[in-house]
Amino acid sequence: MKFGVVVFPGSNCDDDMVHVLGTVMGCEVKKLWHKDTDLGNLSTQDCIVLPGGFSYGDYLRAGAIARFSPIMQSVINFAKAGGYVWGICNGFQILCEAGLLPGILLPNEQQKFICKNVWIRIESLQSPLTATLSAGEALKIPIAHAEGRYYADKATIDQLEVNGQILFRYCDANGHITPQSNPNGSLHHIAGICNANRNVVGMMPHPERCAEEILGNTDGRKLFKSLLATTRLTV
Amino acid sequence: MSQVQTEVSVDIALKLGLTEEEFEMVKCKLGRMPNFTELSIFSVMWSEHCSYKNSIFWLKTLPREGKHLLVSAGEENAGLVDIGQGLACAFKIESHNHPSAIEPYQGAATGVGGIHRDIFTMGARPIAALNSLRFGDPQRPHMRHLIKGVVKGIGDYGNCFGVPTVGGEVYFDPCYNQNILVNAMSVGIVEVGKTVPARADGPGNPVFIVGARTGRDGIHGATFASADLTEDSAKDLPSVQVGDPFQEKLLLEASLEAIGTGAIVGMQDMGAAGITCSTSEMSAKSGTGMRIYLDKVPTREPDMKPFEILLSESQERMLVVAQRGQEEALMRVFEKWDLECAEIGEVTDTGRLEYYMHGELVADVPAHELVLGGGAPVYQREYTKPEYFRKISKFNPHKIDVPTDFKEVAWKLFHSPNIVSKRWVYEQYDSMVRINTLTTNKPSDAAVVRIKGTDKALVMTTDCNSNYVFADPYKGTMIAVAEAARNIVCSGGKPLAVTNCLNFGNPYNPEVYWQFVFAIKGMGDACKQFQTPVTGGNVSFYNQTVGKDGVEPVHPTPTIGMVGLLEEIKWHMTLDFKKPNDSIFLLGNVTNDIACSEYLRLIHGVHFSPAPQFNLLEEYELQQLVNKLIRKGLIQSAHDVSEGGLFVSLMESAMIRSLGFDIETVEAFRKDAFLFGESQGRVVVSVNPEVEDTLLAFLSREHVSFVRLGEVTTGQLIVDGEDFGHVSAWKQVYEHHLNEVLN
Repeated sequence: MKFGVVVFPGSNCDDDMVHVLGTVMGCEVKKLWHKDTDLGNLSTQDCIVLPGGFSYGDYLRAGAIARFSPIMQSVINFAKAGGYVWGICNGFQILCEAGLLPGILLPNEQQKFICKNVWIRIESLQSPLTATLSAGEALKIPIAHAEGRYYADKATIDQLEVNGQILFRYCDANGHITPQSNPNGSLHHIAGICNANRNVVGMMPHPERCAEEILGNTDGRKLFKSLLATTRLTV
Repeated sequence: MSQVQTEVSVDIALKLGLTEEEFEMVKCKLGRMPNFTELSIFSVMWSEHCSYKNSIFWLKTLPREGKHLLVSAGEENAGLVDIGQGLACAFKIESHNHPSAIEPYQGAATGVGGIHRDIFTMGARPIAALNSLRFGDPQRPHMRHLIKGVVKGIGDYGNCFGVPTVGGEVYFDPCYNQNILVNAMSVGIVEVGKTVPARADGPGNPVFIVGARTGRDGIHGATFASADLTEDSAKDLPSVQVGDPFQEKLLLEASLEAIGTGAIVGMQDMGAAGITCSTSEMSAKSGTGMRIYLDKVPTREPDMKPFEILLSESQERMLVVAQRGQEEALMRVFEKWDLECAEIGEVTDTGRLEYYMHGELVADVPAHELVLGGGAPVYQREYTKPEYFRKISKFNPHKIDVPTDFKEVAWKLFHSPNIVSKRWVYEQYDSMVRINTLTTNKPSDAAVVRIKGTDKALVMTTDCNSNYVFADPYKGTMIAVAEAARNIVCSGGKPLAVTNCLNFGNPYNPEVYWQFVFAIKGMGDACKQFQTPVTGGNVSFYNQTVGKDGVEPVHPTPTIGMVGLLEEIKWHMTLDFKKPNDSIFLLGNVTNDIACSEYLRLIHGVHFSPAPQFNLLEEYELQQLVNKLIRKGLIQSAHDVSEGGLFVSLMESAMIRSLGFDIETVEAFRKDAFLFGESQGRVVVSVNPEVEDTLLAFLSREHVSFVRLGEVTTGQLIVDGEDFGHVSAWKQVYEHHLNEVLN
C-alpha cells in the first residue's frame, strides 16, 4: 500500500504523517500539493491521508475552504472509486465539509482548544483501521483541536449506529463511556467514523503522535498496522 | 514638495518620545533640521525598544563567549549554538508586555509570531515554543479577562503555526495587576553553515518586501513599548498589532524554501519599527545603504503617508536582500505560497537610507547613526539602593510561629494558583505537533524535544521567581539561572546557553535601575559558573503602572530561557516516582530557611523577607552529582525543590502515577522550613531499593549532603507518621483548582 499525504498551505501535521508512514512504518509515501489534481501512481488499493492543521487558516470554519481546493476534487473522485481516504483532525473536518463523511465538527463544548491524551474505545472492527484490533479495546491517543464536537441529525446518527460506522468513542482508561471521558461534547462520544462503503475514515485523535517507542506511547501504531494488514477489505 | 510634512519642533520630538538632548543630537548628526519623517525614524530607532540605550552598557558585561556559540550575542536575530552532527540551535526570548496588557489576545499572539520570525529569518525551522507569563490577582474580573485573552492568543497563534508549545511558567502576584508580563521563546534547528545573515551586502542587489501587506497597525508600537503604562494607555490601542498565524505559516515555509534556492543574501523580519528598523539594521551591519521606493510597498489601505509605511508594525513581513539576477527564483517561491513579494529598492554603497515616495526623496538618513552600536545614544543611569530593602532586613524568622497542623497548611498551599497545576493553561496549547515532545508521556523538570535523525534531544526551560529577585536582585537572578540549569540537569541534559527577557520598571527610577544593575551582575556570575553564555534576548523597561496613587513598578523579572543538550536520549530523566517501595532521597543542603517562600506569603502574610538560601558553588556541585547519578543509572526520578518547598516537590513526583510517600522530617530543623522552605540547591530523587547500597556508596564519596526521606507508597501520604490522606484527593485539587479560580 502506497500513501499520498495532502499538503494544504496550513497543514501542519503533514510532516508528522510522512515521518510515521515513511520512516517508522517503512511505507512508500509522497506529498500531494493542494494546487495539483494529479494523484500520480496512486491506485484505489492505496491510501490518501488528509493530515491535521489549519488547511487555509480555518478562520471561517475548519475545512470549509479546503473542500473547494483542486486536490480535493481528485480526492473525492478517488474515494468514490473505492480508494482509501483517511482524515485526521483537520482532515476529518474537511471530509465532512466535502460530503465524503456525514455530520459536522462543531466548536468544543468548552469553546477552547484542547490538547491532551484521551482514551478511545474500538467500536467496530469493520474498517481498515480497526480490522486487526479487538472490539472494546481502549487506546490512549492525543487530541488537539478547537472544533471536534461531532454532530449530526438523529437519523444520521441512528444510521451510523445501526451500520456500525462509528469506529471510535471517547472513553476512560478502562474503556468505559462516562460523561467525564468526553473531552469536547461529541454526540454519542463519537471520536471517529467511516462512510457506508468503509473506505473513507475520519477521526479527531492523532494516532501519528503516538506511534513510536521513544514518545512513550505506541497505541497509535496499532491503527497503522491494521491499515497495512488490510489491503483488501472484507465486510 | 508634494508630500506635505508636519512642521518639526522640540515639542513634536518630545511627543515622539525623544528627549530634548536627543533632538539636538539628531540635528547634529544630520547637520540640519530633520523633517517629520526623518524625526519619526530617529524616534523609533532610538526608542528603548530598538536601541537598548539604557541597558546596553550593562548587557555588555554579561558572558557572551562560549565554545558552542556560532554567532556572538546581538550579532544576529537570535543566538546560535552548535549541537553537533552538523546542526545548530537558534533560540531567543522576547517580551510583549504592553500590547498584551492593552489587548491581551492580539498582544500575546503577535508576541509569539514575532519571536518565531526571529528564528526562521535566520533560516532555522522553529521546533518548539515556551512562554513565561506573569499575571496579577486572578480573583479580579479584569485579570481573568487578561489571562483568558493571553492564553487564547498564544494558543491560537502557535497551534495554527504548527510549532508545539512545550514549556514555560505562569505566576500570579498583585504586583502585575496592571502590567502583566508575556514573554515568548522560540527554539529552532538549522544546519550549520546554512543560516542567513541579517545583512544587506552587495550594492546593486535588489531589496524585497515579502509576506503580508503593510497597514496602519502598530505605528509607533516601539515607542509605546518604551513608555510607562498609564490609565490613558488604552487609547493607544492602534499601537497594538494584529496577528495572522496562517500568513506566518506560509511565510515560514516560503522563507525556508527561498533560502534553499540560494537567491537570498540577507533577511530580517519586521517587528518593532517595521521597514525602518530592518532597512537600517541590515544596512548598518554591512556598511551599505539602501534606496527604498515606499510607493512600491504593497499596502492594505490607500493613501498611507511615508512615515506610516516606514513605521507600520504590520505582522508577518520580511525584508529580503536578494542576489541580483536571481530575483525570479525568489519570486517563484513566494508565488507558490500565494504571498506578496515586491521589489521595493536596492542596496547602495552610500551608507545612507534614502526613502522615496512617488519619485520624491522624503527622508535621507545615515544608517549607522540610527542603530545600536552605531550612533544610537548609550546611557548609564544612576542607581540607588531601594528603600524597601530596610523592610526586608527587618525580617526575623524567629517571630514566625511554627504551625501545629501541617496537613492543614499543606492543604492551603495546595490552593495557591502559584502551586497548582497550570493544565488549564497548557492544555489550550498544542504541545505535541511535530511529534518530538518526549515530555508528553515522560514528564521531566524541563521540556525535552528530540531532534529527528539523531540520538539527541534539546532540553529547554524558562525560569524566574521574581519574589526572589525583588528580595535580592543579585542573588535572585543567580537563582533564576541556577534553577534553569537545575531543571535541565534533572532532565538529563547539559546546559548550553541562555537567552534572557529582562522585565523591569522605569529605568529613570534609580531604585529600579539598581534592581536592573544587580540582576545583570547576578546573571553574569551565575552564567559564568554554569558555562552558559548569554546569546541575546530582550529588555522590557517601563513595566509599571502610573495611577492616581503614584508609580508602582512590577517585581524585577529577569526571565531566563535556557537551552541544554541531551546528548543521548537514553539519559532522559523523568520526575515521577515509578513504583511503591522505591526509596526517596533529598540531595543538597537542608536549612532552616523559610524566607521568601510561597508558604511565608500565603500562610503568614509576610511579603518582605530575604531571598532564600543559595550558594552558587554548592548548586553547581549538586548539579554535577545529579548528572553523574543519571548517567550511572542509579536513580528512577529526579525533581528539583522550588516553589512550595519539599512537600510540593514530593507531591508533584507522586501524583503523576497516583503514588504516595511515607517520609520522616529531620528533627534538627523547623518542620515548616523542612517541608515548605524554598532554600535552593535541592533535588528529590527516587531509587530502586536494589541499587540503594550502590547509591549510598557512591554518595559517600561525593561532597554533596543528602538525607534519606522515606519510601514511595501505593497512594497514602504520610509525614512523620501522620496520615495526610490519599493522593487522589490532593490530585483532584491540584489539577482542577486553577480552572475553578478562573471560571
